[in-house]
Amino acid sequence: MTGTVVVGIGNPARGDDAAGREVARRLRGSDLPDTQVVESDGDVAALIQTFEGRTRCIVVDASHCGLRPGTVQRLEAHAGALPASFAAASTHALGLADAIELARALGQLPAAVVVYAIEGRSYAPGGGLSGPVRHAVAVVARRIRREVHPSGGPLATRRSRPAHSPRSSTLSGRMRRP
Amino acid sequence: MNAKRSRTIRVQSLARLEGEGGLLVRTRGGAVTQVQLKIYEPPRFFEAFLRGRHFSEVPDITARICGICPVAYQMSSVHAVEQALGLEVDGPLRALRRLIYCGEWIESHVLHVAMLHAPDFLGYESAVHMSKDHPELVQLALKLKKAGNELVAVLGGREIHPINVRVGGFYRVPARSELEPLAERLKWARDGALELLRAVARFEFLEVEHDYEFVALRHPDEYPFNEGRLVSNKGLDIAVDEFEQHFQEEHVPHSNALHCVLKERGAYHVGPLARYNLNFDRLPQIAKDAAREAGLEPTCRNPFKSILVRAVETVYACDEAVRLISAYEPPDRPFIEATPKAGVGHGCSEAPRGILYHRYRLDGEGLIVDSSIVPPTAQNQKTIENDLWRLVPRLLDLPEAELTLRCEQAIRNYDPCISCATHFLKLRLERE
Repeated sequence: MTGTVVVGIGNPARGDDAAGREVARRLRGSDLPDTQVVESDGDVAALIQTFEGRTRCIVVDASHCGLRPGTVQRLEAHAGALPASFAAASTHALGLADAIELARALGQLPAAVVVYAIEGRSYAPGGGLSGPVRHAVAVVARRIRREVHPSGGPLATRRSRPAHSPRSSTLSGRMRRP
Repeated sequence: MNAKRSRTIRVQSLARLEGEGGLLVRTRGGAVTQVQLKIYEPPRFFEAFLRGRHFSEVPDITARICGICPVAYQMSSVHAVEQALGLEVDGPLRALRRLIYCGEWIESHVLHVAMLHAPDFLGYESAVHMSKDHPELVQLALKLKKAGNELVAVLGGREIHPINVRVGGFYRVPARSELEPLAERLKWARDGALELLRAVARFEFLEVEHDYEFVALRHPDEYPFNEGRLVSNKGLDIAVDEFEQHFQEEHVPHSNALHCVLKERGAYHVGPLARYNLNFDRLPQIAKDAAREAGLEPTCRNPFKSILVRAVETVYACDEAVRLISAYEPPDRPFIEATPKAGVGHGCSEAPRGILYHRYRLDGEGLIVDSSIVPPTAQNQKTIENDLWRLVPRLLDLPEAELTLRCEQAIRNYDPCISCATHFLKLRLERE
């Protein structure tokens, strides 16, 4: 198995936590070349299995870092470990950062792994996406369409940007998994 | 380090936690003077907003209480509602309920044994750090967890917060052809679980023993999941609907969570160690042999060896799943229709962490009037505190960081709802 997988992570019943899944839903009908689009609840074993055998992986998830709601951050996993703030907030599950670090330790991380994090405003049960996050979802979906391009797109042609570069912004909070 | 001076071990607001949690331990002159453990208790919120809901909504709402054991909440809730409605679910539907529970035990136990608790025994900060030196253990655990997740997904409709469980049975039941491929993977998983048990049997265990009052379900024939009487090793033997006559929840000043105690005798212990001690004779031979090979006797009172018992129960769950699939014949209909009527119903099932009790009062239209949900972690909270009371004096000569880790490890013996938060204890010493 090669090619690209886009993984939208989140809990569709917890407000802005559905952001990742909503991006995946928008992309599903886009007919992206050599690309599978999946939704995930963030289970670490399932994520590592999803990474397996892929050339590249683009993951989308909600974040809770103290940024303005709707802020989009783009991180490249091969530039370094994801910030500690991206660790799981659940009391039972390991989170996205753990999945990436486990895959890295097990030699199963795809050659290219990009994380898009959308800062949420509210994670309360019920309700839909907040306005800023709904807008960010559309932005991220467009950016991913441009990345997944027959010519290889930005992942193949531009230098990796470190996770802590100004473009990636300051990650001082937690990536939340209610 | 001088153990005789006064020390205060104060847990700050815990990182990577869904709610409040904290630990305070005070010592003076080498003796523990205070232990306070706070655990977040989500069911309080759910009991309130279940009022006025229709009984058919209960399994889906209560499944949201926990992301790692939603099946347990669904099972306890449907059994309680069915008791109130006078409904009995038997035959293949009953078997399918045990089967989906096997899936949950496998994925929950494996996650805890390998990814949350094993790092404590091997001296690693986290599963990620451990995976660099023990990739085979992590790979095995991920594959085992996947087998459990698959079982829950096939029977429940999805891995997290299953949607296929309903009062009276299921919305849809699988064909044999859907379960047979799973059986092959579960046969592998049974061998994998034996390998996992052998791996954890090589750990070093602190020699700790206590004469707990263990409480678990006991069934005439089966290692318990959904049915049985509530029994203990100190004389308790009651029907599930007598729970509130013998157990009570009490407020403690230092915690938002309620402590649940036996009215007559106080703290008690639920979970794998309780089930194992009270039901060893109900395990199939493969699990009994595996337990003995791992150095376990039919009775075990060392809470640090709960990791071994979880691994034995994983072997059991894989074996039971294989047995249930081979005997499965699809039922005539996926559920038994329920007619609303006023009444009270009680349900108790064995969540991976221990007995989970539900009680619902329904009105004549089938709406919830009130409910009570008592999760296993609330029932173990006082026992966890008592364990720390006994353990900390033995460890006071340790460096601060190691003392903290040992306290965390002791709490993780119970796989409580805060167990996956690493570094959740921050020690601060206050010198007099």
